[in-house]
Amino acid sequence: MQEQDYCSFMERIERGEKIEATEWMPDEYRKLLVKLIHMHAVSEIMGAYPEKEWVPKAPSLRRKLAIMAKVQDEMGHGQLLLRVAEDLCAPWGKTREELISDIYRQRVKFHNVFHMEARTWADAGVIGWLVDGAAIINQAALLETSYAPYARVLKRICAEESFHMQHGENIILALAMGTEAQREMLQEAVNYWWESLLFFFGPKEVTPAAERMLHYRIRIKTNEELRQKFLDKYVPRIWSLGLTVPDPQLRYDETEKCWRYSEPDWEKFGRIVRDCMGPKSQERMALRRRAHEGQLWVREAMIRSRALMHAV
Amino acid sequence: MDIKDAHQAREHPTYHQALVRWITQLADDELTLGHRDSEWLGLCPDIEGDVAFSSIAQDEVGHAAFYFELLHELGEPDPDRLAFARKSHERRNAKLVEQENGDWAYSILRHTLYDIFDGIRLEAMRQSSYLPLRHGVAKIQREEAYHLLHMKTWVVRMGKAGGEARQYLEEAAVRLWPQLDDLFSFGDADEETLLRFGIIAFGSAECQKRWEEQVKVVFGQAGLLWPGEIPLSGRDGRLGQHDPALAQLLKTMTEVYRLDPVARW
Repeated sequence: MQEQDYCSFMERIERGEKIEATEWMPDEYRKLLVKLIHMHAVSEIMGAYPEKEWVPKAPSLRRKLAIMAKVQDEMGHGQLLLRVAEDLCAPWGKTREELISDIYRQRVKFHNVFHMEARTWADAGVIGWLVDGAAIINQAALLETSYAPYARVLKRICAEESFHMQHGENIILALAMGTEAQREMLQEAVNYWWESLLFFFGPKEVTPAAERMLHYRIRIKTNEELRQKFLDKYVPRIWSLGLTVPDPQLRYDETEKCWRYSEPDWEKFGRIVRDCMGPKSQERMALRRRAHEGQLWVREAMIRSRALMHAV
Repeated sequence: MDIKDAHQAREHPTYHQALVRWITQLADDELTLGHRDSEWLGLCPDIEGDVAFSSIAQDEVGHAAFYFELLHELGEPDPDRLAFARKSHERRNAKLVEQENGDWAYSILRHTLYDIFDGIRLEAMRQSSYLPLRHGVAKIQREEAYHLLHMKTWVVRMGKAGGEARQYLEEAAVRLWPQLDDLFSFGDADEETLLRFGIIAFGSAECQKRWEEQVKVVFGQAGLLWPGEIPLSGRDGRLGQHDPALAQLLKTMTEVYRLDPVARW
């Protein structure tokens, strides 16, 4: 029976059909989805923290409103994705509470960029411009995913992310056209984030887990294809602002039709993500723990009050 | 008599002065509370709460931006200068909104107390003689009604839940009561002038009376003890007499702005 199910499941996948939450799926497919979507959700939530440091410092009323709305979107994406992950985890009895506490128990990874420090207002701009820009490339490639609920949520996320990119671009344009000090701050930010951005797309080689995701059409493109897309789009933009990329090896190879770049320190960033050893990993996880565990009493009170309301 | 725009308002110095001072209080209240609300980002009890609090923060700062724009039309500096360049003693917000967020109970009770006050103050301006204000108020009232509903629901449900939730709310009320008095002060905006020219329809004593009636209903529904009369603190935020919390808030809020106040950011 299982084997028959599996064959018809794979036929549907290969025909390009999408799978719904209530339909039969192989355990491996479910596990891969949970791993990917949980990490995606958590990255959105942890992605709010580097910007949280700059929300209160936005230097004009317009920027203040824009950055608040932007980071709110990130939390909103986290919430949408958590709900997709919750449905997938339901057969295992795993709930939202655990999906959140996994963050500070180091049972789920989040993107390397969110372990890094946001030191200046220009960093906040570059996060919107290049980090969100990289994220859109990743997420747009996932729109074709075989899992229907994920695809639906991604559609909304991508639409909102394109506003974020414009928000970031707007901040960095103001800096690029500003004073000498503002331009320096901006160049310094590009220098600081560059290596993280290259790492963001993951290793060049196709890992066994990635291979299985490609097999199930959970994802369609390889890490390197996405990284090349990012370089295609952003290197010319960075140069056109009169900024430099901190990589003397960076060039477009006309014969191979691809970008050549110095590889990021895979070992260093791997450690940052795996062991949460980035400059801000522990501090931000502590904030998440404080929000979640420190306010368990609020969530419990709301559950009690709901029970009371139903009793009346 | 209706005053249709800033140009007309500037022809009447007494009217103009009272109006500017009054709107400054509105703008400073909303900006300061909106800023405090935004500090909850990433720290709310659940992700849904985070998204909701951010909407409220954005509304408050949006209202502040509207009021600052009115002030600018009336001849004051541009909105960003008003929001970022004034010192603590130049600000006219009530002390309540500048206090640090404290715990969840404190934050939602503070917000409820403020939103009830703000709703009454907006009601007082619904037929304001200053038409640009009257028009803005109609829209702001719609948004504030949702804030109040949201915050009141939190307070009532947490109060009803009993246990530590009610205990924390009662502790919050004890902390909040001495921070309330200048909410009902109109400071240097001359109340008699505001009433005489119909900028507002009723004064501070009526605001406080209505506020107590409404807050008592919420406390009753939540099963909270009424803390009694509001003690006098002897300091009036509406006259620029603020707690150190405001100076700290401004230091953070203006950190980037101060790097270069004339640059475009």
